[in-house]
Amino acid sequence: MANLIVSGIILGSIITLGAVGLTLLYGIVNFANFAHGDMMTLGAYIALFLTASLFPALGIVDTPIGPLSFGWVTLISFIPAMIITGGVAILADRLVYRRLRNLRVRAIMLGIASLAVAFVMRSIIFIVWGSDFHFYSQGLRNSWKLPLGINLRPDQLVILVLAWAMVIALYAFLQGTKTGKALRAMADNRDLARVSGIATERMITLTWFIGGAMAAAAGILIGIDSQLRPEMGWILLLPLFAAVILGGIGNAYGALVGGLILGVAQQVSTAFLLPSYKPAVAFIIMILVLLVRPQGIFGGGKS
Amino acid sequence: MTGMLTFLAGFAVTACIYAIFALALNVHWGYTGLFNIGIAGFFAVGAYTSALVTSPVPTGVQAQYVKQVIGLNQPFLVGVIAAGLMSGFIAFIIGFPTLRLREDYLAISTIGISETIRLIFNNERWLANGPQGLVGIRQPLRETLVAYFPPNFYNFFYLGLVLIFLIFIFVMLERGIRSPWGRVLRAIREDEVVPETMGKDVFWFKMQSLVLGAVIMGIGGALYAHFARAIQPGVFTPLFGTFLVWVMLILGGSGNNKGAVLGGFIVWGIWSGTAFFIRQVVPVEFSAQAPFIRLLIIGILLIVILLVRPQGLWGEEKEVSRLV
Repeated sequence: MANLIVSGIILGSIITLGAVGLTLLYGIVNFANFAHGDMMTLGAYIALFLTASLFPALGIVDTPIGPLSFGWVTLISFIPAMIITGGVAILADRLVYRRLRNLRVRAIMLGIASLAVAFVMRSIIFIVWGSDFHFYSQGLRNSWKLPLGINLRPDQLVILVLAWAMVIALYAFLQGTKTGKALRAMADNRDLARVSGIATERMITLTWFIGGAMAAAAGILIGIDSQLRPEMGWILLLPLFAAVILGGIGNAYGALVGGLILGVAQQVSTAFLLPSYKPAVAFIIMILVLLVRPQGIFGGGKS
Repeated sequence: MTGMLTFLAGFAVTACIYAIFALALNVHWGYTGLFNIGIAGFFAVGAYTSALVTSPVPTGVQAQYVKQVIGLNQPFLVGVIAAGLMSGFIAFIIGFPTLRLREDYLAISTIGISETIRLIFNNERWLANGPQGLVGIRQPLRETLVAYFPPNFYNFFYLGLVLIFLIFIFVMLERGIRSPWGRVLRAIREDEVVPETMGKDVFWFKMQSLVLGAVIMGIGGALYAHFARAIQPGVFTPLFGTFLVWVMLILGGSGNNKGAVLGGFIVWGIWSGTAFFIRQVVPVEFSAQAPFIRLLIIGILLIVILLVRPQGLWGEEKEVSRLV
């Protein structure tokens, strides 16, 4: 059980990375981005292209560091992969979502468009990389035996550290900088933010970049933890939304708690249920939240 | 020649079934504004329910290979009705926690229910034979017809049967939507507050719309199962079950039943046509990727329609009461 809780915290940290971006987009661009899971997949595959194709072609080969299954090249690949995915998210906004916003359609039409964007992204991934599993490295996956029956892989420790570093950096940005404050103001009340002189379109672009980059990081971390496959992000979409709803839509702090709860709940459920039921567990938790407290744990009075 | 005709009949049967799904989605989205992206779940429930209700319990050697929870050995129509009822019941359950809340909660919940249904059918072998699914689903009057006509003829008979269902559903929906009941639904779609202040129970009307659409989806699923004769959980993916139907409705014109049917035929035509075309163009070594080129085309098509012609090819027509 202790082992499941530990692996749940690791999964939860990854979910948090995705959920933070999703909840910010929800609050600031004001729609449910059904392409968020596939943005995670895209980020993971871009990193795969860097570590498995581009860097080896330049003569740079990844050698595992110490007990880890991967090396510096994989770690460095995070940065370009996150930037490219953030750029793709901005591109999708320019090509699709912003045009729809300018047509003044209902917000839910953007949700439908994001479903189309999700399928376009996934089909590109299928076409370019095929439907087989991929791994970042063929390195050995060592495992430490800790007390209480906990099995921890050194890789997972790095995942935990990286995920939390990024989450903390984002929170410092949201809390400590003027731009971060403007973003939170927009999530709170868009019209009020606009009359206060906040450049709302620029903030939307920034939100897409953050959402895309964080999603990419989450995708790469899943790839390091298990493997890459084209449906990896779609499977995580339900837990992401469950975490966002649990924490209260638009609430970045709620997404953190929601993500951890979802991760632990999904892993602990494997003690009683088949592991493939994990998305269903996320769904049940979400329905329970909607029944009991639809505004989420940290949601305010407005619904 | 007859081969071509049989192929066309098969194409038309599938297009009609998809048109039925598009009509059902039109009840949800086109008329009431309910964002259902879990059509695949209702599709699966309908298909499996009808298959289980109409087939006998496997016996002898078969019993070792095929597990299914029930086998009621009932006629085709009983299966179709059971499929509609079961699917409507699931919609009722899912509507309860979500229809009072903001509209995208329903969307996320419908994804959840459709994925959960697929996982259950995939993992629980006792229920409906797990990943292998059910095969040899019985077709109405097949034995009788095959005795008198060539086997190819059956597709034409089934096409007639599906057309009867399609026309019946179409006529009923047209009547319903032009009635005061239909006007309340469209008022809810435009602005929930207005019908609420007129004393309409908005939650209850939304529930009726959700259940009615789901019943039609269940019937469509049953028609699919008896045509394909074999169903596995892999059929009811978000792509085939949900996304294609959305493209059909948006392309045809949401808020117009004629548009929904038109969209069903056009998009199924594009989908089948591109399969044919891509097989000719794409080299053999990339044949594994070919299905995803189609998906890419359909995805881009939806985005283009949303941007260029959001009302669809045959958009909603202005409706006024017959009494005015």
